[in-house]
Amino acid sequence: MDAAENAIANREVAGLTQREIVLKRFLHHRAAVISMVVLGFVIIGVFSGGAFSFGPIHYPGWWKYGINDTPPLTQCGNGSLGCPTMSLWPKFLGGHGITIGEHPFGQDDIGHDYFALVLRGAQRSLMVTFIIGFIAGTIGTVIGSIAGFFGGRIDNALMRFVDFLITIPSIIIGSVIGFHFGNLGALFLALYLGLFSWTGLSRLVRGEFLKLRELEFVDAARVAGASNRRIIFKHILPNAVGVIIVSITLLMSGAILLETALSYLGFGVTPPDVSLGLLISQYQDSFTTRPYLFWWPGLLIIIIALSINFIGDGLRDAFDPRQRRRISLKERRRGGSPKADA
Amino acid sequence: MFAFIGRRLGTLVVILFGSSFILYNLTAISGDPTEQYKFQTDERSRAALRALIKQLDLNTPPPLRYFKWLKGVLSTFVGNPDFGMTRDNEAVIHRLSAAIPTTLRLITVATLSAIILGITLGIITALRQYSRFDYVVTFFSFLMFSLPIFWVAVLLKQFLAIRFNDFLASAVIPPGWMLVFATFSAIFWVGILGGTRKQVIRNAGIVFALTLGALAILSATKWFRYPGLGIFGVGIISVGIAFAMTMLSIGLENKPAIRASLTMVGITVLLYYPLQWVFDKYSSPLVLGALFAISLATGALVGALFAKIDRGPVMRASVLTALGASLIVFIDRLMQTWSPYFEMDGVNGRPIPTVGQIDPLLSDTNFWVGTLDRGVHLVLPTIALTLISFAGYIRFSRGTLLEVLNQDYIRTARAKGLTERTVIMRHAFRNTMIPLTTIIVVDLAGIIGGAIITERVFGWSGMGTLFNKAINSFDLNLLMGVFFITASLSVIANLLADLLYSALDPRVRIGGK
Repeated sequence: MDAAENAIANREVAGLTQREIVLKRFLHHRAAVISMVVLGFVIIGVFSGGAFSFGPIHYPGWWKYGINDTPPLTQCGNGSLGCPTMSLWPKFLGGHGITIGEHPFGQDDIGHDYFALVLRGAQRSLMVTFIIGFIAGTIGTVIGSIAGFFGGRIDNALMRFVDFLITIPSIIIGSVIGFHFGNLGALFLALYLGLFSWTGLSRLVRGEFLKLRELEFVDAARVAGASNRRIIFKHILPNAVGVIIVSITLLMSGAILLETALSYLGFGVTPPDVSLGLLISQYQDSFTTRPYLFWWPGLLIIIIALSINFIGDGLRDAFDPRQRRRISLKERRRGGSPKADA
Repeated sequence: MFAFIGRRLGTLVVILFGSSFILYNLTAISGDPTEQYKFQTDERSRAALRALIKQLDLNTPPPLRYFKWLKGVLSTFVGNPDFGMTRDNEAVIHRLSAAIPTTLRLITVATLSAIILGITLGIITALRQYSRFDYVVTFFSFLMFSLPIFWVAVLLKQFLAIRFNDFLASAVIPPGWMLVFATFSAIFWVGILGGTRKQVIRNAGIVFALTLGALAILSATKWFRYPGLGIFGVGIISVGIAFAMTMLSIGLENKPAIRASLTMVGITVLLYYPLQWVFDKYSSPLVLGALFAISLATGALVGALFAKIDRGPVMRASVLTALGASLIVFIDRLMQTWSPYFEMDGVNGRPIPTVGQIDPLLSDTNFWVGTLDRGVHLVLPTIALTLISFAGYIRFSRGTLLEVLNQDYIRTARAKGLTERTVIMRHAFRNTMIPLTTIIVVDLAGIIGGAIITERVFGWSGMGTLFNKAINSFDLNLLMGVFFITASLSVIANLLADLLYSALDPRVRIGGK
């Protein structure tokens, strides 16, 4: 990093608070911002479109069919039944015009509207993902901070506990749990998986705490009489928040793949409930005859996981103080010499 | 050091004991294998129920049963391993020893190619940071991170295996596809090579023309139906390997290294026809292994003879060349088997299978047919596993190399006038490999238990299938057997990673000395 680039980068963040710098850097990461928008649309669309119940509250959703409705199979042009009615090919180019029609993603064998099924599946997968992210994120951060901050015997005990959990691959845990408790539903699956998938995060957080607690500003705070609690929450945690947030996003993108994989194996979400992995496993054999039953759930999984990954990447860039934005040649010429800035 | 290892091993044993105890009891109490007999009162069901209870020892409470199981496992140390019986009354250890080689075969090639490809691409993207190539590779690595393997598998079966088999019927490449492939290869190589705009255009033109020409020849000779390299192909590719290996290990300006490597190529070409005779007569893994060892030893010898002052690097270049040339000869021999294989009964002109691990009718006929048969069954699972896992290596090696390149010792190395190749390969790459090694070790252990889905989609019967079966049929002994292998591997790999790290990086000292 040479001096001229440094100067330009420094001038850009002069006078801004830490939070503003992070936000500014994040907004510069184009892929992350696009992913944020896409993920937002998917979440809003999926949860407003499909019906869902939460305790006593039942929300019907704007989509006209539920997952249990079996409208009659529609006839398509070539005589087959239940094919998708969505068309994005305008009429003047010889298509059917831009329309979503009666069953945009088609219908399954007995007439279930596939759009409704995919909506429900995406709801389940998103819910599982966020619950795992929340639970594993919380546990991992707490355990990692305690181990890293106090060190010594507490650290040793906690890290051996982590080693112990790591010996059991998450897919095995998920399968055993899913097979025997699968009928309890997606919520329980998510809770259990969350309880077992925080180990990697806690190691990272511990490492970060070990590094930060040796720094001068922590000593300064201690000398000034700050309590352990204050040091953890006011001094160390804000500095470790970047690492934590980034690893939680990675954890979540891993979680959606784990959930779909388990459902695919039959150990995750089980019928009559619907999940994206389950839909793929149910319709993988119909790929040659009715590929639309196979494409949509897979595409949705990829869109969700990819957006989360890109958001994580954007956050990593935003939080990492060593990582500087690339200064283009044009900006350098315009940016003037380092002397002008000094 | 030894105290540290001893202490860690002690902890490992305790950890394994604890996690197996918990998993055993968790599984045992979470379901009831006698459920199907619950409401049946006729005498036959009662007898079957009694037999089942006796077979699974259900009258003993799970914690006690666990210790019985543990006793059997511990007797491994007195040379009498006993992992119990499966519900089909087969020794678990037999099932495991049949499954482990299958899983190893499934994951070895995929993991190796993922590591090699991933590290190579990671290094190139780090050296071309913020270039278009970097952005494209980054995008694709994120995309691959996000792919569910069972979904990719279906696509691969449909678009790769079935289409490729259809294509083999004529083996003529349509001109449209030729243009598409040539364009892609031009974009790819230009991305890697970089340069000024003029160079980019020139390189793109050259690569495009070369690819198009190569494809036209392959199509006209129906190469994909009747493949083979012949003595000229082997020679040309080996010369390429010789130059590449010399360039990477010591630099092209070192004349002895080039001479040594080219001599190795010459020896290989001279021995091409005699080797074919050997391959026909005595093809067994043992003979081939011996030949391979001889080839490497010759490489070392030739390197030592040609070297003047820098014996190590020259020998490395010629041994690497020998390795590459041997592989090419081996692949060429497999290619010659392709056409007969194609027409065999079990294959019927559709050589890339979508499921299965082996064709039992073909695998025993002859070494080369058997190897090829195993190879084609590996194609799809290997591609799927590689696609999924190499993205991680790209990201990791890119990040590590970028970090290393910012270090002061790299600046020092450049400042004292070392060539860029030496700086990258000797100073930066080696230090990048330190964290990579430890990651690879841990990954390798994890992947043995992690191929469950791959095995399922591609119809292999390895560890994953055993595990699936164990869960679905409530086979506690079998489940614990699978778990014991994966868990032991993972703890041992973690320990190994720690030790390797301290061995490779002198700054890291373990054991608190």
